[in-house]
Amino acid sequence: MGEDVVEAGLRDLGRRPAPETLLPAVLGRLGLGYWYAPAESPLGTVLVAHGPAGVVAVRWGESPEAFEAWVRERIGHTVRPAERLPERLAAVVEAGLRGRGRDVRCDLGGLSDFHRDVLEATRTIPLGEVRTYGWVAREIGRPGAVRAVGTALGHNPIPLVIPCHRVVQGDWRLGNYSGDGGPDSKRRVLAAEGVDPGELEALARSRVRFHGSDTTRIFCVPTCRHARRATEAHRVTFGSEAAARAAGYRPCKVCRPAAAA
Amino acid sequence: MTPRVRAAIPLLERLAADLDASFEELVAGHQQPLFAFVTGLCGDPGRAEEVVQDAFVRAHRALRGYPAERILDLALRPWLFRIALNALRTSLRSRGPHLVLVDSPPESADPAPGPEADALRGEQREGLVRALASIPAEQRAAVLLRHAHDLGYPQIAEVQGRPVGTVKSDVHRGLEALRRRMGAEVEA
Repeated sequence: MGEDVVEAGLRDLGRRPAPETLLPAVLGRLGLGYWYAPAESPLGTVLVAHGPAGVVAVRWGESPEAFEAWVRERIGHTVRPAERLPERLAAVVEAGLRGRGRDVRCDLGGLSDFHRDVLEATRTIPLGEVRTYGWVAREIGRPGAVRAVGTALGHNPIPLVIPCHRVVQGDWRLGNYSGDGGPDSKRRVLAAEGVDPGELEALARSRVRFHGSDTTRIFCVPTCRHARRATEAHRVTFGSEAAARAAGYRPCKVCRPAAAA
Repeated sequence: MTPRVRAAIPLLERLAADLDASFEELVAGHQQPLFAFVTGLCGDPGRAEEVVQDAFVRAHRALRGYPAERILDLALRPWLFRIALNALRTSLRSRGPHLVLVDSPPESADPAPGPEADALRGEQREGLVRALASIPAEQRAAVLLRHAHDLGYPQIAEVQGRPVGTVKSDVHRGLEALRRRMGAEVEA
């Protein structure tokens, strides 16, 4: 037996492959890496991907393989399946999927500043209320970018938690929805949050854009919690901002229905 | 940062800039040699997997505490081998120093030269694992680092924290001992 056998044998030992369980175990112990697990939402089971900086994606209606590919494309990291979300995250995320998304840490890395601004503004819309694409455009200081806002919300990587379903068309028609299931899903999510989609459509038909109160002489978006507090007897309706201002009404400071003049 | 932009920046720089975002890549790039090394040292793949996990957790903790200049100056491979060696020592201290030879031949990375030749190589490999277990631990580590992982003598000296001369003579003595053992096995 020559020396070659020993040296070749040693070289072979050096090539022993690592078990596939090693990398995930290390990442798990360090709380690193990107993982996904199913969670329950008003639209049924969804897949939630998260990483060191928070939730990176929520999607439903596709295979785990397609989900993994989509997430990898978005964040440039491999995402691995887990049986469930980590305990600390699970409660926050499930509440987030049910409309209380402001407590969920979201990782919007890799998105453009504009896209991020749109999503952050959308996160400020309270549960049970809706705003328009124009409202979001104004909030981020880009009043002319209404169409771009629509496109950005159409590519919301974390729907439900970032409530793009609360952004509707200027005349209160529901408009499109980025999530699987389209406008039907949008109706169901809004209904689950206590917004009556039928009421919004009635506003659209009757061309009502704003509600005002003749006691406070303030006008609001119709779902604003202050507008809803006004009794029927004192409610006035406006078809435009100009009409409201002409009647001597000022915009509500909470729902900001129009740029403060 | 897009994946392409990320890949153009050296790993050490990215570790210094954002440890958590690039640590997975460090593990992916070094788990194979570390696992092979520790398995070669202790003869037990199960224990080796735990030890290598521990080593990466230690490496992460260390990097977290290092200033950026120190990370940029690291010789990553020898540094990780050294941490793995220390993690194995800790494991042997806490869970018993005896070698457990439950090792089975690793799957060869070479294209299979046919079932007969494969079986022969498998037997030889088992013999080599037994022979490795019979030589002193420091010789074993030095021989593996030199001939299984292709480290130079100065790097091995760094990993083991011993003088280069000592490492050199250990590699030669260890290799001689392995050859004697293997020769004896074949003759037996």
